[in-house]
Amino acid sequence: MLSYETILTTCTYCGCGCGILLEVLDGRIIGTLPQKDHTITQGGLCIKGWNVHQFIYDQGRLKRPLVKRDGKFTETTWEEAIEEVATKLNRIKEEYGPDSICGLTSARCTNEENYIFQKWMRAVIGTNNVDHCARL
Amino acid sequence: MTNSIPELEESDCILVTGSNTTEAHPLVASRILRAKQKGATLIVIDPRRTQIARYADIFVRQKLGTDVAWINGLMHIILKEGWENKEFISKRTEGIEELKKELENYPPEKVEEITGISRADLRRIAEAYAKAKNASIIYAMGITQHITGTDNVISLANLAMLTGNIGKASSGVNPLRGQNNVQGACDMGGLPDVYPGYQSVTNETIAKKFEESWNAKLSRKPGLTIMEMFQSIEEGKVKAMYIMGENPMVSDPDLKHVEHTLKKLELLVVQDIFLTETAKLAHIVLPGVSFAEKEGTFTSTDRRVQRVRKAIEPLGEAKADHEIICKIAKRMGNDSFNYDSEEKIFEEMTRLTPIYHGITYERIEKDGIQWPCTNSEDPGTPFLHKDQFSKGKGTFFPIPYREPAEIVDEEFPFWLTTGRIGFQYHSRTMSGVSPSLQKEAKEGYVEMNPFDAIQLGIEEGEKVKVISRRGTIEIKTKLSFNVGRNMVFIPFHYFESAANVLTNTAVDPISKIPEFKVCAVRLEKIEEENP
Repeated sequence: MLSYETILTTCTYCGCGCGILLEVLDGRIIGTLPQKDHTITQGGLCIKGWNVHQFIYDQGRLKRPLVKRDGKFTETTWEEAIEEVATKLNRIKEEYGPDSICGLTSARCTNEENYIFQKWMRAVIGTNNVDHCARL
Repeated sequence: MTNSIPELEESDCILVTGSNTTEAHPLVASRILRAKQKGATLIVIDPRRTQIARYADIFVRQKLGTDVAWINGLMHIILKEGWENKEFISKRTEGIEELKKELENYPPEKVEEITGISRADLRRIAEAYAKAKNASIIYAMGITQHITGTDNVISLANLAMLTGNIGKASSGVNPLRGQNNVQGACDMGGLPDVYPGYQSVTNETIAKKFEESWNAKLSRKPGLTIMEMFQSIEEGKVKAMYIMGENPMVSDPDLKHVEHTLKKLELLVVQDIFLTETAKLAHIVLPGVSFAEKEGTFTSTDRRVQRVRKAIEPLGEAKADHEIICKIAKRMGNDSFNYDSEEKIFEEMTRLTPIYHGITYERIEKDGIQWPCTNSEDPGTPFLHKDQFSKGKGTFFPIPYREPAEIVDEEFPFWLTTGRIGFQYHSRTMSGVSPSLQKEAKEGYVEMNPFDAIQLGIEEGEKVKVISRRGTIEIKTKLSFNVGRNMVFIPFHYFESAANVLTNTAVDPISKIPEFKVCAVRLEKIEEENP
């Protein structure tokens, strides 16, 4: 038996905040439907909304951490990647001070992720150099 | 937004300026069109004849970068005719005398000369807006992406306060935010001068509250904005940059310079779902997941906090962005990044953030809640500034008109403005790989007036060079009367013909927003090489 379910969530394109249902067939998203009783959506979506699931399985999706060696990307493990980022950031922080590091958080990510990002920049790295593309 | 999207439907006059609403915010546009169906007057003021302009009762084009002048011009007329809301002004505002003095400098004939909007149109607009019962202003990047972006926004606020069109349902000043969670990223303290909930990093009491909760010593010095970050990399002061889910290689002004700058970094880490133009320059790239592979919340443009739910497992070894950051934080030696779930992160945030204090996952299980929501009984806030402004009285700030940073001249005789199209999204990382969307709008174009094309001997669909003081791109033409004479428009989405190679990096002194909406260019035919 194939399983079919719809997952209620919020569209990831513009700032309207439309309620959508992702159609999941056997663990794979196959379509998007508007939420009928949503305050903003009222059963309607724009063309981007109707197609919001289409980019998810694009073959260009990154699936493993990459590290550049001699100008070329090679795949690496999470452990090694995290180790390298943390060590390098710690070294730069020690050598040049926390304000020599800056971070761009994301208008595409969730509130939880943005909260964690700025907490990390402020509490761990020790700088307020955190911004995102609100202006762009 | 001071109001909610659904409220727009009940406005009796809607002034849309600098917002291509039907393309960039379709579901807001549908409410505007419904209001019009119910009898509202729709006014559109935009240098381009956008789709929504075709439905307008009054549509006028202003010259690029002259917004302060027309807004002051409207207020001049309103005061002269006695259409202002005297009760609102005396009860809820201060500084009207200073404003009146400045507005004397904006008689209709002068405003007509600066802006290109006729005296008669200015008067019609002033009357329709001022006499409406519930008038709403809608704006977007067309107002903010100027060196006078802050001035433009303050001027619109002046106009709303002068006529009492704020602090009630269906009536206010409504910026439309471009990205799904740009409101949330700001709310969460993704800004260099504030903690979550717009609490200043320079305020001692607030900083102590966060120090206690995060068990860390925190800097009281406001950080760098994006544009300042690039400058500091250039000056050698910034050595490392961590970019989560952003693509400045398409979205920022003067791209050649951005690339040159990013290459100077000792360490560039990019966390994204695709190998974006920015990620290609990184030393380390970490794979994040899409919105469908994680739990959390987004906050929409009308301050509505809503749930994001996981529909599928992460692809490959990709991880949710917060998981990656928590791993790095722990590896850097900090132990306050242990969370069992996204809900736990949300709870920590709401404890520290008064405007989100009353919101829980349970309360937004079905419908979202609009902040401020300060306690568990608080139903949230559909519109802001009801009985008073957050600072008490609303202050009128007199704003003099200033010209854009770059003006057309003999060498660069065309005005360039940039913007979005309905089928693509920002830097196209997602929409560009969506077959249905890509089919509709495969490549970039420069929109130009047919009369200008004839004069330059350029044809529809011909590839031309567009040149500014920053760079040159080659791009196909699209002839259209949607743009006036001596003006061109390029959607900024396409890396292959990137409008932001051309745009000016001059920024607003307060908001630091770059002037994407105005610069000077020239167009050249590409001469075919003779065989």
